[in-house]
Amino acid sequence: MSEDVESFRRRARAWIRANLDPAPQGEAGIGRARSDERELARVARAREIQRALFDAGLAGICFPVEYGGQGLSLEHLGAFNQEVAGYDCAADLQIPTFTPCAAVILEFGTEEQKRAHLPAILRGEEMWMQFLSEPSGGSDVAGALTTAVRDGDEWVLNGSKIWTTGAWWADWGLCLARTNWDAPKHRGLTVFMLRIHQPGVEVHRIEMLNGNREFCQEFITDVRIPDSDRVGDIDQGWTVGTRWMFHERTAMGGGSPYVVRPAGSGSAGLVGSGDSLWPLVVAEGRSQDPTALDLVGEAHTLALVGSALTPRIGASMRSGALNDQASALARLYSGTRSVRYATIAYELSGQSGLAWDPEAGDPDPGVGYLMRQAACIGGGTTEMARNVISERVLGMPRETSHDRDTPFRDVPRGPAAG
Amino acid sequence: MQPGLSADQQFFQETTRKFLDARCSPADLRALAADPAGYRPGWWRQGAELGWTTPLVPEAAGGGSISGAGLADLSLAAFEFGRHAAPGPLIPANVAAFSLGRSASSGGGALAAWLERLLSGAATASWLRADPPGTDLGGASLTAGAGPGGGLVIDGQAPVAEAGADADVFLVTARAGSGMVHAVVDASAAGLHRRRLEGVDLTRRWARVELDAVAVPGDQVLPAPADAGFEASSTSDASGDLAERQLCIALCLQQAESVGAMQAAFDMTLEWTANRYSFGRPLSSYQEIKHRMADMRMWLEASYAITVAAIDALDAGRPDASELASAAKAYVGHFGPELVQDCVQIHGGIGVTFDHDLHLFLRRVTAGVPAYGSPAQHRRRLAGMVAERVAS
Ligand SMILES: Cc1cc2nc3c(=O)[nH]c(=O)nc-3n(C[C@H](O)[C@H](O)[C@H](O)COP(=O)(O)OP(=O)(O)OC[C@H]3O[C@@H](n4cnc5c(N)ncnc54)[C@H](O)[C@@H]3O)c2cc1C
Repeated sequence: MSEDVESFRRRARAWIRANLDPAPQGEAGIGRARSDERELARVARAREIQRALFDAGLAGICFPVEYGGQGLSLEHLGAFNQEVAGYDCAADLQIPTFTPCAAVILEFGTEEQKRAHLPAILRGEEMWMQFLSEPSGGSDVAGALTTAVRDGDEWVLNGSKIWTTGAWWADWGLCLARTNWDAPKHRGLTVFMLRIHQPGVEVHRIEMLNGNREFCQEFITDVRIPDSDRVGDIDQGWTVGTRWMFHERTAMGGGSPYVVRPAGSGSAGLVGSGDSLWPLVVAEGRSQDPTALDLVGEAHTLALVGSALTPRIGASMRSGALNDQASALARLYSGTRSVRYATIAYELSGQSGLAWDPEAGDPDPGVGYLMRQAACIGGGTTEMARNVISERVLGMPRETSHDRDTPFRDVPRGPAAG
Repeated sequence: MQPGLSADQQFFQETTRKFLDARCSPADLRALAADPAGYRPGWWRQGAELGWTTPLVPEAAGGGSISGAGLADLSLAAFEFGRHAAPGPLIPANVAAFSLGRSASSGGGALAAWLERLLSGAATASWLRADPPGTDLGGASLTAGAGPGGGLVIDGQAPVAEAGADADVFLVTARAGSGMVHAVVDASAAGLHRRRLEGVDLTRRWARVELDAVAVPGDQVLPAPADAGFEASSTSDASGDLAERQLCIALCLQQAESVGAMQAAFDMTLEWTANRYSFGRPLSSYQEIKHRMADMRMWLEASYAITVAAIDALDAGRPDASELASAAKAYVGHFGPELVQDCVQIHGGIGVTFDHDLHLFLRRVTAGVPAYGSPAQHRRRLAGMVAERVAS
């Protein structure tokens, strides 16, 4: 008999209140520039919190018990999400470590791999990255050029991955590589687990336009990986990849069972709610201005709709009313909503979003606006989500492609691909 | 399309769907366009037998719902109304039945008699709605003063009242001082003048209604209920709560109807893109078209989601019901017409013809925009709720 939701909630609440700090404001992610020391301290703190959650029996709520999780339901996760709203709960570990990475290992890993990595992940000891995108392209994930060549019980990897956020402090990468250049694109891929900090993996930092330096590019040169670190079958990487993309889209849309998403009950705790914009309106003296009210109401509407949409899509997928590609609907919604929010926030901030006193001011709306499109790019672009919806949800014809039945080595590549 | 319905709810929805399939084909609707009421005599009574009038009324008062969540049940019918662009005073009839159902027993004979006739479909109602003081959702200007014997005298004008030309009775929600009063007014009451209007919908009807010192006897005034059963955020007196609840019901039903119309237009357009060819390819093979269909599919799903969220909150008597109902209107009221207009665009020239069926659904979502407050008015209302919450 598993613990019922309400007693789980009480247990979680008591523990959270006794052990967690208030959530730091605007700390995690790509939102702003930070010093490396602060970044490392934050990551170390996230690992500690995760360890404490693990020890308290609160880590991996929907992960199976045999791999260190709690084996509980989505309702339990929902209760936890409500209780943890406003607290610091290791945000950095959620995406991509718990999902898609741990979710993929759970689905495709060998028993040994699952026992080796999932408990370690849930204890905060392993932070994972997705090694998918390459300089030659990210949307066409299956077009990976990074190559793995078999050598006895090992594989030798060469190539480059890019746009990994936080690879410089993370531990492992889930890496999609080409193992067969003579097979068509989707039939020559294999997935590997790659230790990031080892000879042959060079991690370069890339500065984003807001000064943040979390983006990384990895150069992989003659790195040897034991065959026991292969995930799924040889050349069947796209079977894994398809589910990987599914987990990623589900996470981007906010409906993953594998991540904690603090959710205040009611609209006050909503991400991107009108409540979060109101201080800007007041600061600009526009609380009676109908235009400002309209914009706040619009942002608030979009936030409320988003919080109704995600569970609905999840329920429809579970009941079979929608297939599992429908997570792309939530992904598309969250991307377009975030973009609109960033625009509204910048407009409402007036000139204080444009220039500010570094001692006192809060640069968020202006800089957030500059980074606006990241929400429609990271995690698979909204154009790719539209492709998935039209082709896989609505059954419209697939795009013609020039890479389907051709050996991958003969597929045309643009001059930019290198 | 709606996950989690019980077998009984599905049955109810299917019965309504089949009934409308048989009687509200596009050809039927075109034929009804010239009909003054927009539907044939007996039609509304037949619908009432299917359960279109009872879900918001307690069993003790002659009503009853299938699941116990009356608005959720009724919204299934509203959705089918939208999908068929069906005629009939679904929203005003149910707002009136709901309001009378809460007070008929305590209000005595006249109210109970009207309720019975509304439930059976023998009579239809129109709803004349003023906004509570301090709010602006495009309501009518209606004011009530005290009349003899506990009655009222109501003055004012409702410029556009749904089903107002043929209604047997009016539910009037009027301002009285700093609060609101509710009363039923016979269509034949002295001082009540109405004028039939032409409108955007083929089968929905509207009227301009004027009340010139209309005297309402005391037994037709709704008593202020002790338990409003609902927490309104903007007004606190019980009659204000009733006005808020009426508004939320109307908003929810109307969005459910718009979602149905959006669904019909979307389905039609998806099929069209597969069958219409240009440059030797189906339209559905062009990425531009695919991406627009994807956006529309997302708007549609999001519209469903917020509408159902508002309905559930209202059925459960949750305090965030008003907020969700306004968000539903703000969202569906904007994206509903955007979606159907885009469907028109993807149809090309045929999309703006009378012979094509698409306009039936364009009309229905268009009619939904200004009613019960425009999307912009609801966005401002939401901002007001936000401001109030942040300040406290
Ligand atoms: C904040 C952030 C974090 C990220 N984190 C990671 C990470 O951890 N790991 C990782 O591997 N990657 C990561 N990425 C990379 C991200 O997944 C890619 O940027 C994304 O998939 C797009 O790939 P690309 O940049 O190569 O653009 P391209 O694939 O070259 O696309 C360029 C443009 O063309 C459009 N396009 C491409 N193909 C089509 C098509 N078939 N139909 C219509 N339009 C098309 C795209 O939508 C886009 O607008 C991250 C990106 C961001 C912004």
